[in-house]
Amino acid sequence: MPISSRGGIELTETGLLGIELLKIENLGISFGKKAALKNLNLTIRRGEVFALIGPSGAGKTTLLRILNFFENPTSGRLIFDGVDCLESPDEIKNCRRRMSMLFQMPAVFNTSVFKNVAYGLSVRKVDKSTIQRKVRDALEIVGLCGKENQNARTLSGGEAQRMAFARAVVYNPDILLLDEPTANLDPANVAKIEDIIKQVNRAGTTIIIATHNIAQVRRIAHRAGILLDGELIEVNTTQAIFTKPKDARTSAFIKNEMVY
Amino acid sequence: MNGTDFIIGGIIKAFYLIVEMNPYIMSITGLSIKVSVTATVLATLTAIPLACALSFLQFRGRQALITLVNTGMGLPPVFVGLFVFVMLVPAGPLGFLNMIYTPKAMILAQYILVTPVITGISLAAIKAIPVPVIETVYTLGGTWPHAVMVSLNEARFGIITAALAGLGRALAEVGAILIVGGNIAYTGSIGGIGEGLSYTRTLTTAITSETSKGDISTAIALGLILISLNLSVNLLANFIQRRD
Repeated sequence: MPISSRGGIELTETGLLGIELLKIENLGISFGKKAALKNLNLTIRRGEVFALIGPSGAGKTTLLRILNFFENPTSGRLIFDGVDCLESPDEIKNCRRRMSMLFQMPAVFNTSVFKNVAYGLSVRKVDKSTIQRKVRDALEIVGLCGKENQNARTLSGGEAQRMAFARAVVYNPDILLLDEPTANLDPANVAKIEDIIKQVNRAGTTIIIATHNIAQVRRIAHRAGILLDGELIEVNTTQAIFTKPKDARTSAFIKNEMVY
Repeated sequence: MNGTDFIIGGIIKAFYLIVEMNPYIMSITGLSIKVSVTATVLATLTAIPLACALSFLQFRGRQALITLVNTGMGLPPVFVGLFVFVMLVPAGPLGFLNMIYTPKAMILAQYILVTPVITGISLAAIKAIPVPVIETVYTLGGTWPHAVMVSLNEARFGIITAALAGLGRALAEVGAILIVGGNIAYTGSIGGIGEGLSYTRTLTTAITSETSKGDISTAIALGLILISLNLSVNLLANFIQRRD
């Protein structure tokens, strides 16, 4: 029996009903002698919002950077839509082109808002009229219509993050990786970004969000995984994580009992 | 005539020489601009790909090349002049090119002097681009050529400033071009001053020769033009930096 439905995905007592999109197998990475991620196993299903939660330094950003191929894992495999992405540089390029990542601090190109948002479409050699239409639609979603010709560097922090969001989703990626996307924003912009996340997810994009904002996880995520010291100690539906945590460390973290 | 009169008289005469567009002065100015601009354009065309390679590629000897570029930024002009002279004299390894005492030799010397300056400043401008900007290119599906293009666009004001700094150095340079160019003017006096139109005589080398001959007013006229050119280049560089 479904217990809740969010973004068109049904949650049951045992988890999500969905097709496997990304499979992380025995993933590990070390920087020098320090193991940043240890033997991670995780399956992300198509259409879900998955939250990676944990304290600073737990390995959330490192995991997202591996998923977007900015770091080479020391061990393990990444199976994306049935393809082993790490098999060759061509596979990495192909997998990466179906993803997008948004950083904590939005990086803007020193050009107009339009050209920033259009960038992902331009590198895919999309025709000009389609670019015009898609950029306009993306800017409408993030509430930046009318700012197309403004230099992106002159946007406020919240506007820049929303523009970065539009730029990340304009080409309809299969997976959107979000690294603390609201960490530096005021409550009004946080609410806007969360609305956009839900909207983008409803349109079919799978989202993996790294955050230590517990309340945000409850608001937007279907499932969550707790990452502590490079280990994924528990993965479950958001509701189960917050109401029936299996691991004592999960319980302590969500009750803010852990000191970092 | 005391020292002040001497200078004021020189400035007044210089003013007339400039206003009447004296052919000797104009030919020297023209050659200075031609040699310096050509050397700077060639140096920029070398420096930009070099700065990109040093920024984006990991290869053996990269750090040594960066050290070489940094050292080259302070290269003594007379040493470069001597090096180019030894290469281009008839008995030298490149003597068959018959370039010694020609504007081409001066361009070569200035090219060697200016390339490290433009490379070094361009490299600093590219390295100043925040890493997330480049990572954003990749995360949006771009590849390394896209990253290079975005970097050039992001660092464009820095690169233009680098080229202008190179031009400023080329215009002000005297030691190297004096050695390889020879400070030659055609025979025959024009308008009662100088020795004729310039062949390898530039503003800087002409100032040295006019001063040594005691023709201070001509030297001051050349000096004023040189300062004006350098000032214009610097004002342009400042304007571009402010726009950034």
